[in-house]
Amino acid sequence: MTERVKIAWKNVTVGFDGRKPVLKGLNLEAHEGRSLVVIGGSGTGKSVTLKTALGLIRPQSGSVEIDGEAVRPGHENDPGVAQIGMLFQSGALFDSLPVWKNVAFRLLHAEHVSEDEARTRALEALDQVDLDAHVADQRPGSLSGGMLKRAALARAIVARPKILFFDEPTTGLDPVTADVINKLIVRQVKNLGATAVSITHDMVSMRHIADDVAMIKDGQTLWRGSLDGVESCAHDEVCRFVRGESSED
Amino acid sequence: MNPFRAIGAGLLALLRSAGAVALFAGQALAALVRPPYFGGQLVQQIFKIGFLSLPVVGLTALFTGAALALNIYTGGSRFNAESFVPNIVAMGIVRELGPVIAALMLAGRVSSGIAAEIGAMRATEQIDALHTLATDPMRYLIAPRVLAGVLVLPILVATADIIGIYGGYLVSVHTLDFNPTIYVRNTWDFLSDWDIISGLIKAAVFGFILTLMGCYHGYYAQGGAQGVGRAATNAVVAAAVLIFAANFLLTSLFV
Repeated sequence: MTERVKIAWKNVTVGFDGRKPVLKGLNLEAHEGRSLVVIGGSGTGKSVTLKTALGLIRPQSGSVEIDGEAVRPGHENDPGVAQIGMLFQSGALFDSLPVWKNVAFRLLHAEHVSEDEARTRALEALDQVDLDAHVADQRPGSLSGGMLKRAALARAIVARPKILFFDEPTTGLDPVTADVINKLIVRQVKNLGATAVSITHDMVSMRHIADDVAMIKDGQTLWRGSLDGVESCAHDEVCRFVRGESSED
Repeated sequence: MNPFRAIGAGLLALLRSAGAVALFAGQALAALVRPPYFGGQLVQQIFKIGFLSLPVVGLTALFTGAALALNIYTGGSRFNAESFVPNIVAMGIVRELGPVIAALMLAGRVSSGIAAEIGAMRATEQIDALHTLATDPMRYLIAPRVLAGVLVLPILVATADIIGIYGGYLVSVHTLDFNPTIYVRNTWDFLSDWDIISGLIKAAVFGFILTLMGCYHGYYAQGGAQGVGRAATNAVVAAAVLIFAANFLLTSLFV
C-alpha cells in the first residue's frame, strides 16, 4: 500500500546572505501517520529543513507542501500553521507566562477559547505528559530540563495537531529523562494519529521514535528508508553515521 | 580599499538599514490597525513603560527645571532680565526640555529593556514559537509596545512639565527670592495652548521612535547573549539620535 504524502520538500534551496546554500535542491517526503526522523552531521541543514516546513524560512527556490498546498511563510492562512505542533530544542516556553498559559497559548490567542476551558485543556495536556497539576501555575524558569521539555510537549499537543515537529527533543537531558521524553513522544504521536518529523543527533532517540529515517548531507537527502533499513545497514555512510564512526576509521 | 568604494558601501548599508526600519515601522503600524488586538499586553506595557518610568522622569524633570532657573537667572541678571525666569523656564520645559529629557531617559530605560527582552526571545526561539502557535509576533509583541509608547509618553511628558516647572519654582522662590504668586502667574499667563500641545505631539512621536527602536533591534538580534547586548546598545543609540533629529524637525515645523 502506498502511504499518502503529508509533507513534501520539493527541490528546496535555502541560503543566507550570499553564503554557500545550506539546502541545495532538497527533496524529501514525510508520509501521513508515520514518524520520520531526519539525521545528519552538524551544519548539514536539518534545522533549516524543519524551519522551511514551519514557514519560518522562505526557500530561494523550490517549495514545501503540506497536503499538496504550498507553505507560505509569514502568511496568516498558512496551511501548515493551522495543523502543526512544535517542540523546540530549548522548549521555547514564554518566561513571562505561567506554565498553563504557555500550554494553552494557542487555544487562548489563536482559537479564542474561554480562559476556563483553555485551563482545563491545558491541565489535561499536562497530565498526558505526566506533569502534576501543581506545575501549571509555576513559571518556566522554575522547572527542570525534563519538566520543561514535557511542558513544551504539552503545548505542542494541546490543540491536537495533525503534524508534530520535534527539534532535538532529547538534547541536554540525562539518559533516563531522555527515555521518558522518547516514550512520551511515541505515545502522543500514536494517540493523535499524527505525522511526525523529528531531527536529532541522538541515535537512541531515533531508534525509539522513528518509523522512517532520512539522512541529509551537504543540503541534500543522502538516503531515505525505513528504520529497518538503517538497522540492516542498507546504506554504508548512513550505517557508519548511526554507529558514530568517522570516515577515517 | 578605495575610499570612494568604502563611502559607497557605507552609504548603501545606511540606506539598507533605513529601508529595513521603515519596513518594520510599516509592519508595526499595520499590526496596530488589524485585529486581533492583545489588550492585556497593551495594559502590561502601559504599566511597564509609563508607570514604572514615573520616578526617573519626575526626578530628572525636577533637577532640570531647578538648574534651568538658576542658569536663566545668572544669564538674565547680566542685562537686568531676571524677571523673565518663570516665563523662560516654563517655555523651555514645556516646548523642549520636558519632551526631550523624558524621551532620552526612556530611551535608556525602555528602548534597551525592550530590545533585550525581545532579543532574548529571539535567541531562545520564543519568537519562532509564536509563529508556530498561529500568533503574529508583530501583533502580540511589537504593536502593544509601540502603541503603549505613543499613548504613555505624552502623559509622562505632561507630568515632567509640571514637575520641571515646580523645580524652577522651588529654586526661584526659596533661593532667588521670587514672589511665589507672581512666579505662578507669570508662568501661567506666558504659556500658550500651542506651547503645551506642541510638546505633547513631540512626546507622542518620541514614544513611537523609542519603542520602535527597541522592538526593531531586539527582533533582529543575532548571536546569543552578545547579540542581545549589542541590540540593547544599538537601540539606545539609535533612539537617542533619532529623537534629537525628530526634535529638530518638529521644532522647525512648530515655531
